[in-house]
Amino acid sequence: MIILGLLVFMIVGSIIAIETRDLLSSVIAVGAVGLGLAVVFLLVGAPDLAIVQVVVEGLALAMLLRLVVVREDVTITHGYTIEGVFAAACGLIFAGVFIVIAAIAFREIPPFGQPQMRIGQELIRRGFVETHAPNIVTDIILDYRGYDTLGEATIIFTAILGALAILRRKGKVGT
Amino acid sequence: MLAYILASVILLVGIYGVVAKKNLIKIVVGLLIVDYATNLILVLIGYRQDGIAPIFTSPREDPSRFVDPIPQALILTSIVIGLSIIALMIAIALRLYEKYGSFDVLDIRRLKG
Amino acid sequence: MTGMTLIVKTIVRLLTGFIFVFSVSIVFYGHITPGGGFAGGVMLACGLILVLLAFGKEEAVRIVKETAAGVFDSVGALAFLVIALLGFVSGRFFLNFLPKGEEFHLFSGGTLLWINIAIGIKVSAALFAVYVALAVFRMSGKARENGERS
Repeated sequence: MIILGLLVFMIVGSIIAIETRDLLSSVIAVGAVGLGLAVVFLLVGAPDLAIVQVVVEGLALAMLLRLVVVREDVTITHGYTIEGVFAAACGLIFAGVFIVIAAIAFREIPPFGQPQMRIGQELIRRGFVETHAPNIVTDIILDYRGYDTLGEATIIFTAILGALAILRRKGKVGT
Repeated sequence: MLAYILASVILLVGIYGVVAKKNLIKIVVGLLIVDYATNLILVLIGYRQDGIAPIFTSPREDPSRFVDPIPQALILTSIVIGLSIIALMIAIALRLYEKYGSFDVLDIRRLKG
Repeated sequence: MTGMTLIVKTIVRLLTGFIFVFSVSIVFYGHITPGGGFAGGVMLACGLILVLLAFGKEEAVRIVKETAAGVFDSVGALAFLVIALLGFVSGRFFLNFLPKGEEFHLFSGGTLLWINIAIGIKVSAALFAVYVALAVFRMSGKARENGERS
């Protein structure tokens, strides 16, 4: 029940983040959505994910504020055009179709609260005995699924390298 | 079931922000919301009613009440990847502002070099 | 870029040691308590960014130079790959080949501890380098002609 209340809070926060005119309020609303997500992770039984989500969201806010302080006036206004109304109507129809198809698709997986856990049971049974480490999630990402973690470290490396290459000046870095 | 539908609504709000907004900062915010919603849906699949976290606190613990550990392991790395992608997008947005002088997507399309 | 007021500098000076020790503890005990390489690495980067924001760029660069951040990033990634390839010593790629000690102790779990440390170094160095590059980026060109703040 608390999880459903937090999901409604996140929906309201995200609508505020997308629709408000002031860009600083939009960034702060995204921060509130991230905080709600961290509390949902804690209530679902994933303390690892809650720690990572809180720290990552704080760092993403600190980076987004770099974009917001660039200008003095940070609002852009456009009037109502016929294309805008047509786009909004198409958007609503698409949203309705998406929700209906998602509801049909979510009937195929086991109901909310009773996971099937065929591989999960096997890994919980063998994880502690084979590696002598109590944290099953760390066992999975570093021992049973270590190759995926290696690929993910490569993705972080490449993305940060791309960002550093884009921000480079001609000549020495930092001048 | 209702939890999955609510999480899909968050996903829709994020997609609307990416597709229909004209300000570059709003597009980045929309993509961040899409990232949050995707991680949320995938973690909610592994939830067990009255479950506890999959960490042993003593060697003789009974592991029949653990939640599913596999979605958590896969989403843990995905959260940090989302942060790196947002950093790359902010770098690109700063370069676009430097070249064109505004964050409006329509201006970036019409002005020439 | 300049630092902040005296109150902020005093509080940061008191908190920085605690933040560094806590994040290193989260990385090292990643196989016993919740946490691990990714959580501890991002926390360590946040601690360094706090020093950068409160004291200005010169003080933060004195602790970790800009080129040193790039070197640490590459060292962390290469250490991860070397530990994975050393699994060939006794069988397969990515085998957990070190002796696994008793449970609930620090040096247990084989290669898990060393991989956590490598990931922690890599993530913290990469995020700090990208934040320094974003913070000292100076606008030029069309934006400067419009008279905006940089």
